[in-house]
Parts: sequence; structure tokens; C-alpha cells
Amino acid sequence: MQWTALFQQFMNGVSVGSLYALLAIGYTLVYGILGLINFAHSDVFMLGTYFAFFMIGVFLLPWWLSVLIGVALCSLVGMSIERVAYRPLRNAPRISALITAVGVSFFIENLGLVTVGARPKGFPRPDLMKNVYTILGARIQGVTFWVPVISVLILLALFYIVYRTKIGMAMRAVSRDMETTRLMGVDVDRVILYTFALGSALAGVGGVLWACKYPQINPLMGIFPGWKAFTAAVVGGIGNVVGAMLGGFIIGLAEILIVAFFPGLTGYRDAFVFTILIIFLLVKPGGLMGEATKEKV
Amino acid sequence: MRKNLLLTLFLFALLMVGVAMAERYLNAYLVRILNTACIYVVAAVAYNLINGVTGQFSLGPNAFMAIGGYTVALLMLPLAQKKEVYFLQPLIWPLNAFSFPPSLFILALFLGGLLASLFALLIGIPTLRLRGDYLAIATFGFGEIVIVLANNLIPVTNGALGIKGIPEYTNLWWTASWAFWTVFMIKNLVNSSFGRALKAIRENEIAAEAMGVNLFRHKLLAFVLSGFFAGVAGGLFVTLISTVSPTLFTFSMTFNLLIIIVLGGLGSITGSTVTAILFAFLQELLREVEAPHTIGSWTFPGIPGMRMVVFSVILVILMIFYRRGLFGQRELSFEDILSLFRRGRKAHV
Repeated sequence: MQWTALFQQFMNGVSVGSLYALLAIGYTLVYGILGLINFAHSDVFMLGTYFAFFMIGVFLLPWWLSVLIGVALCSLVGMSIERVAYRPLRNAPRISALITAVGVSFFIENLGLVTVGARPKGFPRPDLMKNVYTILGARIQGVTFWVPVISVLILLALFYIVYRTKIGMAMRAVSRDMETTRLMGVDVDRVILYTFALGSALAGVGGVLWACKYPQINPLMGIFPGWKAFTAAVVGGIGNVVGAMLGGFIIGLAEILIVAFFPGLTGYRDAFVFTILIIFLLVKPGGLMGEATKEKV
Repeated sequence: MRKNLLLTLFLFALLMVGVAMAERYLNAYLVRILNTACIYVVAAVAYNLINGVTGQFSLGPNAFMAIGGYTVALLMLPLAQKKEVYFLQPLIWPLNAFSFPPSLFILALFLGGLLASLFALLIGIPTLRLRGDYLAIATFGFGEIVIVLANNLIPVTNGALGIKGIPEYTNLWWTASWAFWTVFMIKNLVNSSFGRALKAIRENEIAAEAMGVNLFRHKLLAFVLSGFFAGVAGGLFVTLISTVSPTLFTFSMTFNLLIIIVLGGLGSITGSTVTAILFAFLQELLREVEAPHTIGSWTFPGIPGMRMVVFSVILVILMIFYRRGLFGQRELSFEDILSLFRRGRKAHV
């Protein structure tokens, strides 16, 4: 393969990977704190694109404002899901919470199918994303360049929140030991709500950027990116923010490169990621950055 | 023990009389719902064995049903029909050379179940070492892999077009018998020492292991058995509706089964059986929600897909307010039924 083509594929992988990273952090934050796979996370991702879509298409707002409103609405949805569905099950067995999460996800997907229909809609992209740049001799589309740049900026902001602010410290404390944190006078419920708001906002941004890359949106569009992002979180070591980012890039690159090198496998792309997941879980169940948890009696 | 066996046989005979009556007097629509109900019983009771009894959260029964369904379809499809269906790419060799006569339907079902349980073994060996949520995603992933394969392995599955014209061998005799014997088998299994070990795993894995239960072997056996019956259910389903395609066994199938076992009470075989039947009827009743309605001068358009919305709301509400389901972990046994007839003695639960 020529090196420009390889570079193109590499950039493509990086941009998909950065999207997985954005989504994976939402999973990892919630999992780190509640020990729950937030199945609905991928549907919040989908909602983000639809909110922005309707803001642009129906209310005729400028692009950037639509996206901001969309992301804010995603936060709101995330917090509502936590409040309505997950909080009542805080002390319930894990399996109940997990089943609830599956239920919430299925509810959002089907509500989407009922209200906007299954037919994919075209997502309006700003010109910035459509321009074609020539970098090092390779022709690269605006999205492929801007998506990772924007993602990295957002990830930096997130690291700042998690590692440098008071609420971030509270989040890390809750994920370490919820009960002790509560005894220290931290309002745990508020911290969890905040975590959901933050994670869902990232999902919203991820959704809009995803729609810029693949401008066909439908109510089930979140499912596969969601599972891949979760896989990324697991590969990175679930509960670890840096790991989630790393995992996102690994999965994105692996997926794009395998299709680039073996075009015959294109149809099996989605199956491939799950295979990575299963193999990875077997070899390194804690993930790249994860700590081995000891079984307690 | 002998009494239980006699009662079981008596009950089976009773059921067969019921089937004869149903086949004769009920209309095709009702028979169809009953068929679906029985297939749900097989699939749900099998799913409950791994999710409810053993406490291992699997999300993959749709994959096993798909494997069973495709196997039975490929075995039973007549040769002429095979030529007609596979017009994109011809069917691969051993499968295009033969077709089972109707008398071998039962064998096809068993082979479908066996193949599904073989896959359960293959997927179970790596994944059952995982716990809780990780098992859930790994099994879900496996389910998606099967759907992706069904869509892409065109020389075997005919891709997204699916296989049409499968002879409708399934009738109430088949489905009711399978439902009955599945319940019988799994109920006896759960009451055996093997079943008690499974429940011990559900309650506390570490304690179970300390008591000498081989965790992995028990989980794997339960998983394989669950896979077998799921495969049979898939085979029955395919020959009932005479077609199979990847969309038939997507995650919604697993979701339906999940609702059934949660609603019935995780771990309760009786619960799964009763709710599976209720669910089949509920699904039909909710078609009303999707149909257009006229109330007074208002006309509401039908909303297709509304059923799944209603179901997911039901599931979430159940989990939050009524986690134990209809039956909790209780079972209905012959003793309970008999004690109803004995006056003066209190029914013990």
C-alpha cells in the first residue's frame, strides 16, 4: 500500500478512534462510580444528533448554537435517566440495575423509531467539515482532521474537570469508595448526577461529530458505536479515564486498518470488534490501565 | 417419585387432549398464538436456567435461536425450493445435495438444538470465566456476531433476504409437547443436586466454590443446556412461520425473553412458563395499540412499533417497583395442587 493511502487510513482511524474515546469516557465514568453498564449511553449519543438535527432543521438555529443546545439537552436526558431509572435501584442487586439499563436503552430506541421513523435522515454538516485539505500529500476531508482535534480539546477539558476541580475530586472519591465518601460529607447523589450530566454531554458531542463523519442518522445509529466504545472502555481498563481514551484509539485504528488491509472483511467489521473484546477479556480482564480487583467475600 | 412420574404422564395426556380439542375447535388465529406461546415457553424456560437459576446474565439466547432456526431451515427445505431461494449465490455443497423428509423433522430439531449447544460450548468456554456485566457484553457480542454472519455468509444463509418457503411442519402437537418436556426436564434438573449447585452459584459464587462446587463446569453445563433448548425453540419458530431471516433473531428476541423471565420472577420455572403464555397473548392484544382507532369524531393513526415502547416501559417499571416478578422464586408443584384437593390441610408454599 502506498504511504499516502496508509496515512489517509491512519487519519481515518484516528478520527473514528477519537469518537470512540469520547463515548468510552461516558461509559467508564458511570461504570467507575456505579459499577453499571449504562446501556442507554449509546442512545443519548443518538439523541444528541437528533436534537442538533431538529434545532438546525426545524428551529433554523445556527449550527454551533444547535449543537450547544443539543449537548445541553443530552445532559438533561442523562440526568433524568439516572434520576428516574437508576437511582431507585442504587442498592438493588447488580442484575436488576443491568436489566433496567437494557430496558431504558430499548425504550429510547423504540420511542425514536415510533416518533421519527426508521428511515435515515441526512445530517447537515458545516462547510468546515466538508472541505478537503492536502496534508503531506494525502487528501484528507475536513471531518477527518477536525473531529480528532475537537475531540482532543474536549478530552483535555474533561481531564481538567476530573483531575483539577473539586467536583472531579469528588467523582474520583465516590468511585473509590462510595460509603466513605458519603461519611466525609459529600453529597453522593449530586456527584453521581453530575457524572451522568458530564458523560451524556460527551455522548452528545460524540453524536454530533459522528453525524459529521457519517451524515446519515437514524434512531438505531447509537447501538454499534456504543458497543464499540464500551469495548474500548473495557480494553483500556474500565473505570480509568485515560484507559478509555487509549482504548478508543486502539479500537478505532484496529477497525479501520483491518478493513483497509483486508477489504474482503468489510461486511464483518462489526463482528471483528466483538471478537477483539472477547479475546482481550480473556488475556487481560482488567484492561490496559485497569487494576486487578480482588474478589471479596 | 413414582407418584410424580405418574402425575406427569397424566398431565401430559391431559395436555394432548387439550391440543386435540384446540386443533379441532379453535380458529387458526388462536392456534397460532398458542403455538407462539409454547415456543416462548421453551425459549424462556431455557433462558431462565442460565439467567435466573444460575444467575449468569447472558444476553445471547437470540443467537442460539438463530443457529437452531437456520439449521432446521436448511435441513428441512425441499431441494427444489433450495434452488429457487439461493439465486444470488448457490448453496454450498453438502447442504444443496439433500433435504430431510417430513418424518425426520424431529431429528432436524434435535440437530438444530445440538448445533446451538455446540456453539454455546464454544462461546461458553471463554466467556463464562467472565463475571456479571462482562459476561453480558460478551454474550451480546456473540449474538451480534451471529447476526452479522447470517447477513454475510450468503452461500449458507442467503444473507439479508433470508430463506423462504420452509414447510410448515410445526403444529400445536409439536410445540405443546416440546414446551411440556422442556419444563419437565428443566424443573427436574433444578430440583436435582446439580440444580442446587446452580442456585448456590447464583446466591454466592465464592461460598459455592468453597463448598466444592466446580463453578466453571456447572455454569458451562447450564449454558450448553440452555443453548440446546433455545436452538430447538428457534427451529420450531422457523417452521411455524415458514421463513427465516437475520431480522427474526435480533436483540428484540432476547429482550422479549428477558421481559418474560423477569416478569415471571427470575429463577422461577413456573413463572417463566405462565408469563411466556401471557406474553404471547399480550403481544397480540397490544396490536390494538398499533392499529388505527376512531374514538368519537377523533381518529388516531396507528403507530407501528408502539408495542416495544410499551414493553420497555413495563420492564423498567417492573425492575423498579416489583423486582420479584409474579412468582418470585416460588414454584408450583404437584404437592401444592394436590393439597388444594385435600380438605383440612393447609397448602404449604
